[in-house]
Amino acid sequence: MANVKFNRAVFEKEIGKLDEKMQERISLFGTPVESLNEETLELEIFPNRPDLLSYQGFKRSFLSFLEEKTGFKNYPFNKPEKDYEVKVDSSVKDVRPFTACAIVRGLKLDDPKIKEIIEIQEKLHATVGRQRKKLAIGVYPLEKISLPINYKALEPDKIKFQPLESQKEMSGLEILQKHPTGKEFAHLLAGKIKFPVFTDSKGEILSMPPIINSEITGRVSLDTKDVFIECSGFDFFVLEKALTIIVTTLADMGGKIYQMKVKDKVTPDFKTETLNLSLEKTNRILGLELDQKNLKKLIEKMGHNYKDGKVEIPPWRMDILHEIDLIEDVAIAYGYENFEPIIPSISTIGGENSREVIKRKISEILAGLGLLEVSNYHLTKKPDQFTKMGVSEKEEFGFIELESSKTEFNIMRKDLTHYLLKILSENVDSEYPQKIFEMGRIFFLDKNKRIAEEERLSIAVTPGNFTDLKQILDYLFYNLDIKYEIREPVKESLHFVEGRGGDIIYEGEKIGSMGEVHPKILKNWKIKMPVSLLEISLEKIFQKF
Amino acid sequence: MKKLIESLSVIEKKVLPYLEGKSISEICKKSNLDKVSVLRALEYLQNKKIIELETEKKKVVDVGVNGALYRKKGLPERRLLFLLKEKRIASIKDAEKESRLNPEEFKVSLGVLKEKALIEIKNGKIILSASKEEISKKSLEEIFIESLPIDEDNLTDEQKFSLKNLLKRKNIVEIEERKKFLIKITSLGREVMNSKDISKELIEQITSEILKKEQNWKNKKFRRYDITLKVPKIHGGKRHFVNYAIDYGRKVWTEMGFEEMGGNIAQSSFWNFDALFTAQDHPVRDMQDTFFLSQKTELPEKRLTESVRLSHEKGVSGSKGWNYNWNEEEGKRMVLRTHTTVLSARTLADTKKEDFPKKYFAIGKCFRNETVDWSHGFEFNQTEGIVIDPKLNFRHLLGYLKQFFKKMGYEKIRFTPAYFPYTEPSVEIHWFHPEKKIWLELGGAGILRPEVVVPLLGLDISVLAWGPGFDRILMDYYQIKDLRELYKNDITQLRKMKSWMRV
Repeated sequence: MANVKFNRAVFEKEIGKLDEKMQERISLFGTPVESLNEETLELEIFPNRPDLLSYQGFKRSFLSFLEEKTGFKNYPFNKPEKDYEVKVDSSVKDVRPFTACAIVRGLKLDDPKIKEIIEIQEKLHATVGRQRKKLAIGVYPLEKISLPINYKALEPDKIKFQPLESQKEMSGLEILQKHPTGKEFAHLLAGKIKFPVFTDSKGEILSMPPIINSEITGRVSLDTKDVFIECSGFDFFVLEKALTIIVTTLADMGGKIYQMKVKDKVTPDFKTETLNLSLEKTNRILGLELDQKNLKKLIEKMGHNYKDGKVEIPPWRMDILHEIDLIEDVAIAYGYENFEPIIPSISTIGGENSREVIKRKISEILAGLGLLEVSNYHLTKKPDQFTKMGVSEKEEFGFIELESSKTEFNIMRKDLTHYLLKILSENVDSEYPQKIFEMGRIFFLDKNKRIAEEERLSIAVTPGNFTDLKQILDYLFYNLDIKYEIREPVKESLHFVEGRGGDIIYEGEKIGSMGEVHPKILKNWKIKMPVSLLEISLEKIFQKF
Repeated sequence: MKKLIESLSVIEKKVLPYLEGKSISEICKKSNLDKVSVLRALEYLQNKKIIELETEKKKVVDVGVNGALYRKKGLPERRLLFLLKEKRIASIKDAEKESRLNPEEFKVSLGVLKEKALIEIKNGKIILSASKEEISKKSLEEIFIESLPIDEDNLTDEQKFSLKNLLKRKNIVEIEERKKFLIKITSLGREVMNSKDISKELIEQITSEILKKEQNWKNKKFRRYDITLKVPKIHGGKRHFVNYAIDYGRKVWTEMGFEEMGGNIAQSSFWNFDALFTAQDHPVRDMQDTFFLSQKTELPEKRLTESVRLSHEKGVSGSKGWNYNWNEEEGKRMVLRTHTTVLSARTLADTKKEDFPKKYFAIGKCFRNETVDWSHGFEFNQTEGIVIDPKLNFRHLLGYLKQFFKKMGYEKIRFTPAYFPYTEPSVEIHWFHPEKKIWLELGGAGILRPEVVVPLLGLDISVLAWGPGFDRILMDYYQIKDLRELYKNDITQLRKMKSWMRV
């Protein structure tokens, strides 16, 4: 998600007063207003519309939406002049294969404009650029460099230039190891034998994409009038779109666009795409009764051109993959607020998942006995799941670990029991007796080392002994019409007192266990009241109904 | 008057004769009741305007732990003095041993006696210098201790002096703030006390003993209760409040004809992302955002897998697709489901054309790799719905959403454009908060993209889908501001939680 900040005064001068009506228009255009104060309007731009990430781009589309200037905006562009060329060496193939480049001339830059140019690059990097992995952009003052440009890959120690924000020359490796930006993005070049660079005709290094520009030749200043722009990456389509977004933004600032020869292509090609838009389908999907005239008006409000069922899509739009995307544009232009919600006249029979019905029955029975239902995380901490339950982590197996959890909750719970004890230990100040239960999913690795999930029920009572608990289980199973028996455990449980813990058997199969919790476990949890508890799998019980 | 007398409880009647100008402890003694009962009786009588009860806060000097002991055994210096009375002269060492005082008591005793010039100390020996009269005379401190407790305000100068001395010593005296009750009998009270009816016997609790014989209760009066009195709180068993809310959500969906979907929490990336046209380099598929598990799983049948691959790589049904090489291995990676939409994807793949129309819902836990604060957590509840039929349109989507949120208590809502990789058109639902006067986001919805529907269902039709978060709905209802409350399991708080009362 990307948020952009626009200058309020400029917005109000060029687009309109930011009253409540206008804010609503902005939200209904699909760019939610995040905040508004005296100076700044902050909008959220959804990832499908990188063309709205700059103020110029937003203004272009939004004015059209407001019916100020509808339809396709044409940007005049000039063919490549002499030496307006980027020679792409085959050495970049394995490291960063593609680039799309352009020149924009005649800019009158001031500080806000320079800031906007930097910001649009950063926003594009963060969104469609996937943190520069897919796309990296460089803008260079043309007066500092000599054309034509070379794009090639060199061994890191052969790359030597003074990167931005640095006082001295550094090698390619030094930049990745020492420069703050280099360190941040070093992973993008990790393991590469050669690093990509742009050089000018004198052999001066302009930048090492996707990391950093040269301080000498890669910093745009107030004196800059003409700029060279390159986008590098892995997906030529994305590069060309990003380049188009930038050059049109610069053109809206007053610049003249010049194409460049890049290998065997000319970029940006400004080629528009044409898609069919069926009136019948639009009406069917949106539930409207538009005619051709309405349709043309609406789709042109979204910045497209329309003629005889065909839509010409502006070259900066990246999100039109399918006719359905145009139909959404029609819906936005029509105004979501103007659709009348209706319930269709189709008849279906509703129904709950039987597992949920059975779980509700169980909870009603237990609540009738005065038990309180609790609800815990599915994730848990190792000390709670193992150590406090008397098991060292080394002996434990068959649990499921999460990769890179941001909290200490980094495994999936293997049982509910430890969570109930945790609750009892955290509630020593609440009135006793405490009788609690939980139903929920637990996770383990099955025989084949596959992740398995199981629905469980756990009950804990304190103060409570074996009899107290067995009475509850009796009552529950009697009501569910389940015949069970308690057997001496095949294997003594680690957390029950020996001789006071048993296996719960249903139809000859162990479905759980119950018992009085051993004082050593209670001590681990700092519980000073006797606790008895049980945990059973509900899977077999579900099958009964 | 009669009613009033009939409402007097046993304890009230017991204390009634002993009220005039008496202290609580005296009333306790006379009425043979404990302090709690007496205080309760006084409170009842006051409520009935039979007495006026004024409380006065007073500082009272009373004996401390050691003081109470010394009152019985004598002050340490007295005990030392008695020892010396016999010996007249003794070494400090012997005296300490024989007096059986602890070192601190002994030290203090020496100091006190020396100061009063009753002894002298020379060359490690104690020599008694007091006369017989002086020895037998009670010290000011002793007299003072015997007279305790005394109101601090009523102390004489002598007593103040003693108090000052004794306060320096450990736990002999202490000053406490005490409540003192002044009981005044009202004129109504006097009438009650003088009434003949007061001695009439009333039935208290109706017991099975009383019910055994008719004569036990026939023609007898029952003591009247003060039915407005507060009673002690009790609490019963119940479900967790989140589950009450979820059950209500279930009811709303089933009433609208939706069938409930179930399914696993750990899912393959294929179902969670790929089947939902989420490109493999989409940021949500990053470990920063999603919980990945180290285990891998198998992909579904080849036809489906290849169809999803095509959808991503080249597009289906006129789409351009995402234009990259779709990696099977990436689809096998297991994740904790990031949305219940994964259940919709699986359901869609299992639905056949002959089954139309179909409506499904789910309410369930979803996960994201997050730290925990008041508004974020790594677990959240989502409610999911899909409607499958060839005749559906965008207005129907808005219709279901409007109906559901109305049932959930959200009257004024609006729809705005949104973006999700798997829906188009997409919708965000906003609710106008009547107090905050702002629009708040309730969730997202849309019509599933053909790139999703065609591979899963084999047909290009509009499938309506939504997946708003459910936690915000229940937090609004229960007026919970902090998301962590949902998982706190504070038993006292759970006992106090009110029922979900939307109907």
